[in-house]
Amino acid sequence: MKNLVILGAGTSGTMMSNHLVSKLPKKDWKITVIDQYKTHYYQPGFLFLPFDIYTTKQVKKKGKKFIPKHVNYIQEKIELIVPENNQVKLESGTTLNYDILIIATGTKIAPDEIEGMNGPEWHKSVFDFYTYEGAKALRNKLRDWKGGKLVVHITEMPIKCPVAPLEFAFLADSYFKNKGMRDKVDITYVTPLGGAFTKPKATEALHYLLEEKNIKEVTDFNIERVDYENNKIIDYADTEVEYDLLVTVPTNMGDALIERSGMGDDLNFVPTHKATLQTKDYENIFAIGDATNLPASKAGSVAHFEAEILTENILRFIEGEPLKEEFDGHANCFIETGNGKALLIDFNYTHEPVEGTFPFPGVGPLKLLKESRTNHMGKMAFRWIYWNMLIKGIHIPFVSATMSEKGKEFEKTT
Amino acid sequence: MKKFIANTEIDVNDEGYLTDFSQWNKDIGNELAKEQEIEMTDKHWEVIDYIHDKYKNEEPLSIRGIKKSGVINIKEFYALFPAGPLKKATLIAGIPKPKSCI
Ligand SMILES: Cc1cc2nc3c(=O)[nH]c(=O)nc-3n(C[C@H](O)[C@H](O)[C@H](O)COP(=O)(O)OP(=O)(O)OC[C@H]3O[C@@H](n4cnc5c(N)ncnc54)[C@H](O)[C@@H]3O)c2cc1C
Repeated sequence: MKNLVILGAGTSGTMMSNHLVSKLPKKDWKITVIDQYKTHYYQPGFLFLPFDIYTTKQVKKKGKKFIPKHVNYIQEKIELIVPENNQVKLESGTTLNYDILIIATGTKIAPDEIEGMNGPEWHKSVFDFYTYEGAKALRNKLRDWKGGKLVVHITEMPIKCPVAPLEFAFLADSYFKNKGMRDKVDITYVTPLGGAFTKPKATEALHYLLEEKNIKEVTDFNIERVDYENNKIIDYADTEVEYDLLVTVPTNMGDALIERSGMGDDLNFVPTHKATLQTKDYENIFAIGDATNLPASKAGSVAHFEAEILTENILRFIEGEPLKEEFDGHANCFIETGNGKALLIDFNYTHEPVEGTFPFPGVGPLKLLKESRTNHMGKMAFRWIYWNMLIKGIHIPFVSATMSEKGKEFEKTT
Repeated sequence: MKKFIANTEIDVNDEGYLTDFSQWNKDIGNELAKEQEIEMTDKHWEVIDYIHDKYKNEEPLSIRGIKKSGVINIKEFYALFPAGPLKKATLIAGIPKPKSCI
């Protein structure tokens, strides 16, 4: 009997266990998946939780429910990977042997990286919304906040779902409008990048939204510290931005497990071949999703595309065949723009977000890079798709793992 | 587009970044720095060397990386290349502007 072990049962780990259980012969392979938490969170929902659009119930479910019966599920913290011995050690001291390992431990926020961020004001006037706890605390704060300076801030790149902070700013604008207090709130978007978006084409298409919603923008801001006593953030060039309510996306890092095991880069992300998803250092270790160092978006949709290619490559690896170099960095994401509208973008390693329609060329129904109500419905439907199809590894009709060039107006990135 | 600098013709993009690193030399670096109102010192060149190393090894550049470079700390980096130090330093070094992935 051979062992395939999956570390992490988030979006990617759950998807992989569902894909592989039907592909690997049960008499030869035992599949084990390990996660520290009982709860599987729908992280895209953390964007909506602070605004009372989603309830806490809608964003969490019992993780085990989504793991197939024939997969061995262990709920425990993973202590160490010992690649030289093909072993994984758990917190309780249990050792697991593997023939093939899949790292799917994701990324999490590291507010300790910035002086003053994780201080006495954490979750009082300084919030994150990338964790369940943060999003919920922020919801409670917003419910009776009287207004003032709201600063939406990104600490450093890369972060998962890079558009989420911008969406947060848009949704905040609608939220305060609906509460009849938009005039009491000043919204500023602060980013280390040169613009609100990282791809020039999208920056162009999105900029009007900031103006329309009266959101101020501070760019090229590399934060040095949070001065929580005087309510301001300060960058290395000594630029200061004052806040009454700071909503920040702290540094995103891979799990400390990766660092302990000596397998990560500066941010604990695992060096991975960008087209095959095999790790650079060990041929029987693969990585998927947010845990990798791929130059692709860290998003559930990307993990979904990766999962199809990784499944194929694991089968090839077992057969001793060459791996398929197929992953192209394909990402598509809905961007909530507030007031019940959203836009959809689609891009990969080499192509910038494009204008056109998706998934049917020229017809849609979803509009790339254009705001529409259908896109918003798409984003809302994504929650249903996530729980019922995506993590169960069910193929989503009409959406392919590599990017289709049909129906899109292209411009190559340089 | 073409640009004439330090008695040489180079190819640059619309933001002024060299599109072909093989065209770069120290004189060009010096002239590009002057256009940014930067007078190059030994410390500046040390940083440029570090940036070239990273570029040749295909390692991404970041402010965090500078902190760990052992060459310079972030405050000094801002002092040498004021306002947008990574953008200015890469322009002078003749390599593409760092793009953080999306
Ligand atoms: C606010 C927000 C909005 C988002 N919006 C979108 C969106 O609209 N569309 C989209 O596609 N994506 C979105 N995302 C991103 C998406 O949620 C992630 O990219 C996706 O969940 C990544 O899946 P993953 O399996 O790689 O990591 P995760 O789902 O984070 O799973 C990692 C798992 O590993 C476990 N783990 C880690 N270390 C250990 C250890 N040492 N021991 C045991 N277990 C461990 C964790 O408990 C976790 O369950 C959003 C994310 C956030 C935060």
